[in-house]
Amino acid sequence: MEQSNEDLLKAYRTMKTIREFEARIAKEFEAGTVPGFTHLYMGQEAVATGVCMHLSDQDAISSTHRGHGHCIAKGCDVRGMMLELFCKRDGLCHGKGGSMHIADISKGMLGANAIVGAGAPLAVGAGLAAKTLGNGHVSVAFGGDGATNQGTVFEAMNMAVVLKLPVIFAIENNGYGEHTGIDYHLGSGDLTSRTAAFGMPAVKVDGTDYFAVYEAVGEAVKHARSGEGPAAVECVAPRWRGHFEGDPQTYRNLDEIKELREKQDCLKRFREHVTKRKWLKAADMDAIDKEVLQLIDDSVKDAIAAAPPLPEDLTTDVYVSY
Amino acid sequence: MTTRTFREAINHALDLEMERDPTVILIGEDIVGGHGGSSNNPGAGGGIMGITGGLFQKYGASRVIDTPISESAIMGSAAGSALTGLRPVAEMMFADFLGVCFDQIFNQAAKFRYMFGGHARTPMVVRCMTGAGFGAAAQHSQALWPIFTHIPGLKVVLPSNPRDAKGLLITAIRDDDPVIFMEHKVMYDDEGEVPDESYAIPFGEANLTREGDDVTIVAFGRLVNFANQVADKLAGEISVEVVDPRTTSPLDTEVILESVAHTGRLVVVDEAYPLCSMASEALSTVALNELGSLKAPPKKITPPHTPVPASPVLEALYVPSPETIETAVREVMSV
Repeated sequence: MEQSNEDLLKAYRTMKTIREFEARIAKEFEAGTVPGFTHLYMGQEAVATGVCMHLSDQDAISSTHRGHGHCIAKGCDVRGMMLELFCKRDGLCHGKGGSMHIADISKGMLGANAIVGAGAPLAVGAGLAAKTLGNGHVSVAFGGDGATNQGTVFEAMNMAVVLKLPVIFAIENNGYGEHTGIDYHLGSGDLTSRTAAFGMPAVKVDGTDYFAVYEAVGEAVKHARSGEGPAAVECVAPRWRGHFEGDPQTYRNLDEIKELREKQDCLKRFREHVTKRKWLKAADMDAIDKEVLQLIDDSVKDAIAAAPPLPEDLTTDVYVSY
Repeated sequence: MTTRTFREAINHALDLEMERDPTVILIGEDIVGGHGGSSNNPGAGGGIMGITGGLFQKYGASRVIDTPISESAIMGSAAGSALTGLRPVAEMMFADFLGVCFDQIFNQAAKFRYMFGGHARTPMVVRCMTGAGFGAAAQHSQALWPIFTHIPGLKVVLPSNPRDAKGLLITAIRDDDPVIFMEHKVMYDDEGEVPDESYAIPFGEANLTREGDDVTIVAFGRLVNFANQVADKLAGEISVEVVDPRTTSPLDTEVILESVAHTGRLVVVDEAYPLCSMASEALSTVALNELGSLKAPPKKITPPHTPVPASPVLEALYVPSPETIETAVREVMSV
């Protein structure tokens, strides 16, 4: 699938924004400025980006507890996100969602989700709406390898096949379900074949290779948009951080992470891919790097300075009307 | 005005709303019936209680959707499609099965609006049947409305008669928040006068099903009818007022308090388990706001704190009866 220079620059900017957003959140979390629990997406940037490059604002995604990357790739406002993670009143969700429940319905981002496996049935619902309304939209259920062991995901996959819904299951195999390795937690040993057994096309790609993700998801989206029903893409992209920030990762050989950063950095791989083929100039990407760092820095400054919610906000927006 | 059963009243409400609004869909297990199998005759069913009969024939497979036995996927589909442009009515068959998909209801649908800073609407209805009286025992007979009433973000409806069932369901479907609509399975064949036209009964507005001066009975769902029977039986001897809140969330505390202020005596009746029940809630509301009006200690009539038994003998003891309610009324009058 061909991508214009503009697309490639957009993809690079998205991945870089996710990387720097998360790197900064790691620092801020350590400094104690970001409240609550947070789970970072570093290492998996090519997945959210390669998927969402195929989607419009009207296509919906359901996300996970590790949702910042999905948010950014789906086009959510970065400053609004930063304010939300700092739980400020002008954040995307007015400081009432925070990291694990950040959403922007107007962008088709149906929420990060603090319940593992809960997003898949919601994406099936969005697919059902698209099919019923006949508007040609698709939905994507992001979920990790850990989530695929939840009954909710099994139910969602089967129902999407039975009702022939335009849903793409983007399975992010990052090697661990919380603190437990996939070689232990996955009974069948192979996620893609288990997914295919539900009766949908399923492929496995290197999730640190933006182009591989983009190609495979492009096919899946085409399949779904043409009314053929759901499809799945397993993207293997190990996470660089712990399950949550502050996780000492005692369950993991830390040399693994060093090696990942050297050999499976999706940003490095993207740069090599596009410069070798002379599709993009290094200088253009360097310029994006600078802009992204500036945006993140400005967003953090704004977030620190921004006002928290007002006491009266505690009881608003429980119901539309009551 | 036509005499309709509770079942027909609900079917009529669904039909009217589906006709009015093309975004209203029905989704659930066996609500069409007959898909696949040896006959492969879709539409052969219409729900195990026949509530959705005829709607598949009228609105087709895109709006009356049979699902696999996958409660979480049903609830999630309802919640996800409500966020993205539909008004789903999900049928959960037995309310007890909500245990299989609690997460999608109380961590997902109920929370979207608040978590997302007021930017989400989740206009979904969950219909389910509740209550004891069928000998269906512990996993098919529960009165679980207090659990859902407890959760901010949900609305909970408990109709006590066919007329209310229709008007409240129409309101539920038009409502922009998630609504749990609980139908008592013993009442499906109950008949009542039901207006033919479409009408919406507002949530949070209790109905005084009997007016009286001596004692207030606050009852919920099916037991409103038992309270009415007691009021009618005691008429001329004790003047009983019956308050039917109709929705437990929002709860019309104003009418409960006004009634207690007027009568000075209170009996609360609920088929839910006694701990943290609606009976407890009504009592605490009165204790906090109208204690001075009480001329006698109030009475709380509920089942014992046990699961629902299978034995018809035990089940009859389990559900509060008109006789138990009458005894309680006489006791509060004797002080």
